[in-house]
Amino acid sequence: MSDSTTMLRRNFKHTVRNPITVFNAVLFPIVLLLMFVFVIGGAFDVGVKYIDYATPGMIIMAICYGLSATATAVNSDMTKGIINRFKVMDISRSAVLNAHVAETVLRTLIAIAAIIAVAFAAGFRPTASFPEWLGAIGLLVLVSLATAWITVALGLFAKTPESAGMACVPLIMLPFLSSAIVPADTMAAGVRQFAQYQPFTPIIETLRGLLLPGDTSTSSAIQAVVWCVGIAVVGYVWSLSTFKKRA
Amino acid sequence: MSAAVSAACQVGGGAGAEAHRMTSSAITASGLRKAYKDKVVLDGLDLEVAAGTVFSLLGPNGAGKTTTVNVLTTLMKADAGTIRVAGHDVATETKAVRAAIGVTGQFAAVDELLTGQENLQLMADLKGLDSGQSRRIIGDLLEQFDLTESAQKLSTTYSGGMRRKLDLAMTLVGKPKIIFLDEPTTGLDPRSRRTMWDIIRQLVAEGTTIFLTTQYLDEADRLADKIAVLDQGKLVAEGTPAELKRQIPGSHVRFRFTEVAEFDAALRVLPDATRDAEDDLILHVPSDGGAKSVRSLLDQLDAHSIDVDEFSVHTPDLDDVFLALTGRTSTKVEA
Ligand SMILES: Nc1ncnc2c1ncn2[C@@H]1O[C@H](COP(=O)(O)OP(=O)(O)O)[C@@H](O)[C@H]1O
Ligand SMILES: [Mg+2]
Repeated sequence: MSDSTTMLRRNFKHTVRNPITVFNAVLFPIVLLLMFVFVIGGAFDVGVKYIDYATPGMIIMAICYGLSATATAVNSDMTKGIINRFKVMDISRSAVLNAHVAETVLRTLIAIAAIIAVAFAAGFRPTASFPEWLGAIGLLVLVSLATAWITVALGLFAKTPESAGMACVPLIMLPFLSSAIVPADTMAAGVRQFAQYQPFTPIIETLRGLLLPGDTSTSSAIQAVVWCVGIAVVGYVWSLSTFKKRA
Repeated sequence: MSAAVSAACQVGGGAGAEAHRMTSSAITASGLRKAYKDKVVLDGLDLEVAAGTVFSLLGPNGAGKTTTVNVLTTLMKADAGTIRVAGHDVATETKAVRAAIGVTGQFAAVDELLTGQENLQLMADLKGLDSGQSRRIIGDLLEQFDLTESAQKLSTTYSGGMRRKLDLAMTLVGKPKIIFLDEPTTGLDPRSRRTMWDIIRQLVAEGTTIFLTTQYLDEADRLADKIAVLDQGKLVAEGTPAELKRQIPGSHVRFRFTEVAEFDAALRVLPDATRDAEDDLILHVPSDGGAKSVRSLLDQLDAHSIDVDEFSVHTPDLDDVFLALTGRTSTKVEA
């Protein structure tokens, strides 16, 4: 555990020294939110105030935007000499990976806090009760954890830091093809089916249910949790097996 | 194979074996084999390194030095063979081995997004040193390696020599008993190389065991108590530097003449002289290369009015070792 904490501190130093990472992870989703709410969103009719509709989706986008930085960092660790030093030391082997996941989750939570604050200033009015907030936070941590592990796996799997960053692009694009920006049933056939059955739609719907008026659909919630757990498990197992092979 | 074994046995006898009996072994390896797919890289390697000594694995590019270090340091599993490091079996007591060793690989393993000081702090934290201890140790190391001034700069800004030094300093945090150095001076300028040699000598004086790989005979000669020559995954010779040098042609003076007549005359005047293998105007005369003996050779030639076009003193290098031990030059191995 203390090895992981040491590695986490190392990762944090890396992150703050790389302003692009911070921009991508924290500022870009905010810019995106403001764009959609004030520039594009006026043209959408989603039945409720657009910022209330869009914010949960933007929160999920904020989670995904930081991921390519994680993949790049994980891959750099494997391809630059330092990993060989860690491997011949008597330290926990998984500390390097745990630290990347922990750092990703913490960085993501900061990005989420920032985007909620900006959304609030721009008119977002969540109606969540205290237990609903807890549920929302729990869900967001779970989503961060799941996407972080799958991203670590992608970072380990990729040959170079650049291709590791690219490998995350589908993960970043996925929320755009969900109900994040407009409801799935307004989309063209094909895209609609895709949007309905991909993991981010139930995740975003559950988040909406928790933060906004109206009931949370139990089936969405179950789907969201199952997706997250599934992605986390796949990412974790894939990460460890790739790490073993490379390390 | 048989030639290699006999060469190894020939030198392996005498003083080396005595030393093993008296001191304990820091590293023992027997029958090491390693292949990448069907390419055999280590072909039945036996090694023994006495505690508190410097052991140098000498070999050209591609001989298998890095692979040997990787296998000995738990970075890689050997296909066959047994290894004990610091009294622990590498295969079954990996953690204990890792706790006892320090490794500076062929390529710098520093964190480029951290400063020199932070890199050392990272090591201290991973070694579980308390903050007072680590502050003192880090200060000492920065001082010793002449890095105090650059300690707060990101290591990306360091020169190659500084990065090497930082790399070694990181290895020394926590005072490992056995240190592996894979080509620590390759690519360094002469001044950094001397600094590195001084540091290695100081470590040995403190009782550290050093396993050093190098491509330079003079480096092994200067630092090692025992040298093993590696060629295509096999040891072709092993012994003290003195024992090894007895096997190879010593230093000699090369004379170049402008005319064949003078060359022939010189050959008659200097009975020890031999012809160069490639150039028929060049003679090799065994000599310690000292001013006195070179002057006496020149005087002899002068007495017979033989004009020397140019001369140079040649000390044996890895190429000579390989030519003597394998009949090939190391450059051919590399190709
Ligand atoms: N991962 C690898 N895959 C295939 N061949 C390798 C690998 N690593 C090293 N080799 C080969 O093994 C031989 C020994 O390499 P190495 O141990 O690095 O030699 P040295 O350190 O003495 O230069 C070389 O011929 C090299 O090409
Ligand atoms: Mg090497």
